[in-house]
Amino acid sequence: MARLVLFGPAREAAGASTGEFGGLSIDEVLREAVARYGSNFADVLSISQIWMNGEPSRGSVAVGPLDEIAVLPPISGG
Amino acid sequence: MEPSPSLDWVALSPSSLSADELTTWATRASCGAVVTFCGTVRHTSHEHDDIVALEYETGEEMAMGRLREVVAEARTRWPRLGAVAIHHRTGRVELRETAVVVAVSSPHRHEAFEAAQFCIDAVKDCVPMWKRELWEGGSAWSQDGRDILNVAEVPEVASVTGVNGAHDT
Repeated sequence: MARLVLFGPAREAAGASTGEFGGLSIDEVLREAVARYGSNFADVLSISQIWMNGEPSRGSVAVGPLDEIAVLPPISGG
Repeated sequence: MEPSPSLDWVALSPSSLSADELTTWATRASCGAVVTFCGTVRHTSHEHDDIVALEYETGEEMAMGRLREVVAEARTRWPRLGAVAIHHRTGRVELRETAVVVAVSSPHRHEAFEAAQFCIDAVKDCVPMWKRELWEGGSAWSQDGRDILNVAEVPEVASVTGVNGAHDT
């Protein structure tokens, strides 16, 4: 089970800040997350970047049980 | 917060930031220039003109990693920098309070101005951080979100070097 962490608008849309998901790739994990969290989350996900273990990543990358996948909506710091 | 013993100091803080503290910390005997930038909470945004506070959310490990990368990139672009500090608030920040402070020292003023501008631009473009705008009776995530850039992708700032070059302070 990979761990999904959600921030800002993604966290709010999902109603959760973390979740555990099966899936062999980032894309598979995110598909499961959309199935669990619904269309509002899917909307935020569509404009978000995905990082794995603290670095930018992409959907086809394989995930294991110790990996942490972060959903990062457009940022607004400063 | 304990001052950094090195020439770099990045921090995320749930309590008030002090521009004076960072300016003093960045002041070094080898440097004739210190530029300190404060980003403060104003009452206007794209959607509202009655904002009373902002609320910042971040992932601490990711944000700290990116802040360190911003400082490292500044040192690559301006190798003569002295001290470099970037502190950013987390949680609720009231109107007129300081949300972010950048302090940069260097032997002469031009690179301090340029590097300080680069640092605040890079914070806005590269550091995972989300702000919620709060006004009387409501709140919403900021609508001015931007895609996250890698630190090396942040554009060069316009040079402020004058006709006399960079040899005075």
